[in-house]
Amino acid sequence: MILARVVGTVVATRKDPRLEGKKLLILKPVSPDGKDETGYVVSVDTVGSGIGERVISVAGSSARMAEGCKDIPVDNAIIGIVDEVHLD
Amino acid sequence: MYLGRVVGSVWCTVKNPVMTGCRMLVVQPLTPELRNTGKQLICTDCTGAGAGELVYWVRGKEAGFPFHPDELPVDTTVVGIVDEVHVSRPEAHPPAKPPAPQHRKSSRKS
Amino acid sequence: MLIARVIGELVATQKHASHQGRKLLLVQPLNLDGTDRGDAVVALDAVDAGVGDKVLVVTEGVSAMTSVGRPNSPIDMSVIGFIDHIELIQGVA
Repeated sequence: MILARVVGTVVATRKDPRLEGKKLLILKPVSPDGKDETGYVVSVDTVGSGIGERVISVAGSSARMAEGCKDIPVDNAIIGIVDEVHLD
Repeated sequence: MYLGRVVGSVWCTVKNPVMTGCRMLVVQPLTPELRNTGKQLICTDCTGAGAGELVYWVRGKEAGFPFHPDELPVDTTVVGIVDEVHVSRPEAHPPAKPPAPQHRKSSRKS
Repeated sequence: MLIARVIGELVATQKHASHQGRKLLLVQPLNLDGTDRGDAVVALDAVDAGVGDKVLVVTEGVSAMTSVGRPNSPIDMSVIGFIDHIELIQGVA
């Protein structure tokens, strides 16, 4: 799982039918202290997150274990909205 | 999947018993413009490809599926011989610095 | 999933049986600013995309296989969506 920031949305009308009604968001990985890291990933939202929010995302086949993602073709899912990160 | 060219083959007399009779090829990954990219690697083969042929290969757990129901301890397999490549983009594409997308590298399979 | 652009097609006669009847696309993964990200890859097509289209590529095996209806086959990437529009926070790309 990684910490990430929601930086955008993807609109796709022609897609796998199982993805219909799913919100596709663009995530940029962030370090625990809030700095942007390189790269990005397109992720399916399962928790109702929005642009600008810090979230937890899970990658790989585990993404299909997220709520509502069973048997749909995704490799990345947002599974939580981060309220706070405490670093020692 | 990735493009590649078969540049050689590998023989092993001593190997995992389930891999008996399994061909292994040395494959050089290529860009769509057929320039070399990245390191050569060993792929098992399910197509009968030979030296010099343009192929495409698959990486990950999926590489074992052509040998179903046997479960081979392999992670790269040649799955097709390429007849033609049609690319339409300007040639002026200097190879970008970052190699492959990072998350393909971890073996995070259930 | 990744954003990518379809840059070409592959023709292969001799290939694994599970790939028969599906288009093989060469797709170039993109950064958010539209520049190339790494090398182009080969993906099976599930949405009838064509050269020049911006698409969504799934890079996980089971998702890729089921989206083209070929479970338990050697497929690690598929084009599963045709991107109409991308919206980004300003300054991210």
